[in-house]
Amino acid sequence: MNWKWDMFFDAFPFVLQGLGITVALTIACYIFAVVFGFVWTFLKRIPIKSVHWLVSWVMEFIRSTPPLVQLFFIYYALPMVPVIEISLNAFLSAVLGLGLHYSTYIAEVYRSGIESIPKGQWEASTALNFTRRQKWTKIILPQAIPPTIPMLGNYFIIMFKEVPLASTIGVTGILHMANTYGSHHFRYLEALTIVAIIFLVLSYPAAILVRKLEEKMNRRFDKNELLEENKGAVS
Amino acid sequence: MSVTKEVSKIKQTPQSDKIKQKPIVMYEDVHKSFGDVEVLKGINLQIKPGEKLALIGPSGSGKTTIIRMLMTLEEPTEGNIIVGDNNLWKVKKDGEFKRANEKHLRKVRGEIGMVFQHFNLFPHMTILQNCMTGPVQVKKESKASARERSIQMLEKVGLGDKLDNYPNQLSGGQKQRVAMARALVMRPRIMLFDEVTSALDPELVGEVLEVIRDIAQDGEMAMVLVTHEMDFAQEIADRIVFLEDGVIAEEGTPTEVLEQSTNERLQSFLHRFRSSNGN
Ligand SMILES: Nc1ncnc2c1ncn2[C@@H]1O[C@H](COP(=O)(O)OP(=O)(O)O)[C@@H](O)[C@H]1O
Ligand SMILES: [Mg+2]
Repeated sequence: MNWKWDMFFDAFPFVLQGLGITVALTIACYIFAVVFGFVWTFLKRIPIKSVHWLVSWVMEFIRSTPPLVQLFFIYYALPMVPVIEISLNAFLSAVLGLGLHYSTYIAEVYRSGIESIPKGQWEASTALNFTRRQKWTKIILPQAIPPTIPMLGNYFIIMFKEVPLASTIGVTGILHMANTYGSHHFRYLEALTIVAIIFLVLSYPAAILVRKLEEKMNRRFDKNELLEENKGAVS
Repeated sequence: MSVTKEVSKIKQTPQSDKIKQKPIVMYEDVHKSFGDVEVLKGINLQIKPGEKLALIGPSGSGKTTIIRMLMTLEEPTEGNIIVGDNNLWKVKKDGEFKRANEKHLRKVRGEIGMVFQHFNLFPHMTILQNCMTGPVQVKKESKASARERSIQMLEKVGLGDKLDNYPNQLSGGQKQRVAMARALVMRPRIMLFDEVTSALDPELVGEVLEVIRDIAQDGEMAMVLVTHEMDFAQEIADRIVFLEDGVIAEEGTPTEVLEQSTNERLQSFLHRFRSSNGN
């Protein structure tokens, strides 16, 4: 099979039509995951054994089932489940499926951030008589979240690369467009290459950005340490 | 009146009028266990308004646990702690004692402040913000007034020139002085100090003790100092309590406890302590 440039240029605008949907779906799934991640994190902290156990089990279940299976379940099977009988369109099914799946991972990111805060921070805020809410919003989360930002950025890129799964239930993103083009012209090579290029062109700079962010976070920490050392030397 | 009864219960020491007042804190047969290990075995202790109390004893004897229970960081397994007119950990409801909820705890612990061994400053806030956040968030004080009082307090502890620095730009001694300012600006009636100099380099201990000495001039505020600085305890404490293995083994004025006591365990503690410190 040989490469055809005219095919490539012909397919390009067609495939590109799906980009808006792909990006929108990525963002929607991500927002769902980031918000719902918080829900898991707080549900898991409820100090009732049975609740903790149930939440952990549900999260584990979601995490160890393939996202594609979850997607199919939500799109095809959910409408048939008695009582629930919800039928969502393809886009919303993808948001729910992928968003829910990744929310369990993002909950872990939050958890690690929160658990990295020393017990002394909780105790100092108790000693100042903060309310529970103030402890979270003024003391714990402002310290716990910033260090997780690079990791959260990584999950955004992972989400972007996972979104083509939604083409299997008919979300008309770039992969879906490429497939449509391919089946019309009985040639997939150029169209699918375009999909790969688009992903590369968007993911790679994003990955670099995340790495820069990570370095910046680390440097900020180093700089403070350095300042402390310098002061020691001066005084 | 019940006040006179309570007064007669405590060991009388011919001292100031403080003794005649009703205690601001009372521990009544307080026990505390961690798992199967009982670390406090029936503590009875009273603190008067404005009294300066030093708590000494070997490591692991339960000193920290005693004051952490008062700060509501640890719940007693048995017994009562009374602060002012309130039970700390229990509330009486329909004639029965129930475990206090967070609302009740917040009401009572507003009287109490604490300085920790490891400072526990908020690293994401400047020194000034560290001090202001309590009055602003908890006491709903206006920012302007909280700011002014915080600056005054930071100046008092000698850090007026560090307002906009972050905690990790300070030395240990400076951090501990900020921690004291942060607690003081809340105007507690009882201040707890948990070995506040023991995480410091020896050359920084003095500046922190100096601030505590200064704070102790305030006759209104009761202070409980868990400390290994015997000379310092002798200097500023009205009363010294020696804790050994979860019980109060000796208590009295500094002279009584540090010089006149014949309690053997206290003697051996002081001996071990003084020889290990080289003085
Ligand atoms: N959270 C805890 N869990 C289990 N054991 C503890 C805990 N806190 C303190 N202990 C134990 O209680 C005892 C008294 O501790 P502590 O009050 O810190 O003594 P001190 O301050 O006099 O050194 C020690 O044996 C310590 O190991
Ligand atoms: Mg201790």
